[in-house]
Formats: sequence, C-alpha cells, structure tokens
Amino acid sequence: MKHFLLATTLIFSAPAAMACETVTIGDLTVEHAWSKATIGAGRPGVFYVEIKNSGTTDDALVGITTPAAGMPMLHETVVQDGIASMPHAMSVPVPAGQSVQLAPGGYHGMLMELTTALKEGDSFPVTLSFEKSGEVTVNVDVLSLRAEGPDCADAGQ
Amino acid sequence: MLGVGAYRTRNRPARSEVLPVPIGQMTWTLTDHQGRLVRPSDWAGRPVMVFFGFTWCPDVCPTTLSDISLWLEELGADADRLIVALISVDPERDTPDALAGYVSNFDPRIIGLTGPADEVAQAAADFRATYRRVDKEGGDYTMDHTAGVFLFHPDGRFASIIDFHEDRRFAVPKLRRTLS
Ligand SMILES: [Cu+2]
Repeated sequence: MKHFLLATTLIFSAPAAMACETVTIGDLTVEHAWSKATIGAGRPGVFYVEIKNSGTTDDALVGITTPAAGMPMLHETVVQDGIASMPHAMSVPVPAGQSVQLAPGGYHGMLMELTTALKEGDSFPVTLSFEKSGEVTVNVDVLSLRAEGPDCADAGQ
Repeated sequence: MLGVGAYRTRNRPARSEVLPVPIGQMTWTLTDHQGRLVRPSDWAGRPVMVFFGFTWCPDVCPTTLSDISLWLEELGADADRLIVALISVDPERDTPDALAGYVSNFDPRIIGLTGPADEVAQAAADFRATYRRVDKEGGDYTMDHTAGVFLFHPDGRFASIIDFHEDRRFAVPKLRRTLS
C-alpha cells in the first residue's frame, strides 16, 4: 500500500512528449527516454534511452533507480545460436566520442516489481548513475506496448 | 536429389542443425487465447508463421510482435490466410486470458497459444525450438527461448526462419514467397 501511494504521486500523465527532451550531465547527453505500457503491475516494464558522450573520457552507465519499480536493473538481450536470453549487465560502456542506445533487442533497463501498471501516456522519472559523471534524472514517456520508439524530430533511428 | 539438397541448404537457418518437421507431422494440442483447442491439422492448407515467447518478456517478445504487426499491415489482405501464432514457453503464467490481454495490443490476426507443459514441450520439439527457465532472486523467473520466426508453406513444409537480428526489410519478401 505504501508503494501504491508513492506511485500515484510520482507517476503522472505527460502533457508533451518528454522522450524528446534532452538532459545533459558533464559531457553526457541523455535523450529519447521511453518505456512500454504494461498489462498490470505483475509483468516487468522496460526502459530505453540514448546516451551520447561528447567528451574525451570513457564513461559507463552502472545503474538505474526509479520510484516506478522496486527492482530496476540493467539487462542486455543476447541472441546466441538463435536463442534469446537477457543476462544482467553490470554496466553499459559509454566510450568517449560515442553514442550508446538502450534499445529493443539490446541493452535495456528491466523494471521489475513495478509499483503500478505503466499506462500509455504516463511518464515517470529514472535516475541514471554513471561511473564518472555521476547521477542524472530523466523523464520517461510510456508509449504503447507496440511502440518501436519515440517519435522525435531528431530521433536517431 | 542434389538439386533438392542445394535448395534445402540455401533455405536453412545458419545455426540450426535440424529442420522443423512439416506441420502435418506435428503432434501437439494447444489452447488459443480465446480458449479454443488448436491442433496442427487445423492449419492444413494454410501458410503458417510461428514464434515462441512469453508475455512476461518486455523486450524481445513485444519487439517481435511489433515487427510482425508491421509486416502484416504491409501485406494487407494477402496475409489474411496466414496463420500467425505466438506459442508461450511460459504456460505457468501465460493462461489463455493472459495471452488475450497481450495479443490484443498487436495485429488482430496474431493468436496466442498455450497449454499443459508437456504439450508446449511437444510443440517446441516439433518446431526444433528450445526454451529454458532462468530463476532470479526472490522467486521470480524469466525464460530463454528461440527468438526466430518460423515460416511454413501452405502444404505444411518448413520454408525459412526470420532471425531476430536479421535485416527486417527482407522479412516481407520472404513472407510473400511463403504465402504463395
Ligand atoms: Cu530484461
């Protein structure tokens, strides 16, 4: 019940497409943060984002936290010999001068123990922890379960 | 004989050593998301597209279903005779109702199939698919599973696999070849 109250205050309907917002921390640019609607709160949610490192020092995403889930984790979908698995990723490298995507079929935030179902049109914050640059919070747009990514003018997909 | 062998080699998935058996030789019985029993013989004479997954899967499975929905939209009415089925590898959680809530988010031609563990195992064996339960801390679990999409000709012969990381632009031409 405590979780439920927390969730209702922190998850709200987004008036605009927050996935298209850009947040920076040091040399890192974080944008296109989105998620997919879930059926109920029992199934895990997912978190996708793009991170660009315009600096000269390698960094790494080492963790995520969010009030929307009791157990958020970094995962990587791996397809080996035709079989898909999604092991825990200790960190996601963000090399100097490069962009990385948490995107369908690759790295993703796995949002286990959701505090409430994620509904299309909602938004929730996720705090990303980087090895060197520290922490930054982004607002995540919940798109439909069918969505393949946010519809931003500058989306790099 | 050589000609047939060459044909098979060209169409065969790169990493799979054994081909799925023809639909007509499969022996599973599953239940669809509307609670109806489905047997391989129900698919006789129709092209078939099958993939394995589970509805607690937030990444690979909805991505595959989104892709399939786009292919079906592109094919339009040409795909109306195509059987499109998601077979759950997690029948413990994927009841027909759970599948119904899930597939309703995608193209309405996609059906969900589930059933007793031994029937799901039989289906996986017939398709030469594999799956494995992976336990997580706290009693939760996820499933590793074959990610490719299996295609069969209307006469039930295996046609090809669309691999998960394959360039999706080739999927629709592949599908058109299967439909005819
Ligand atoms: Cu995952």
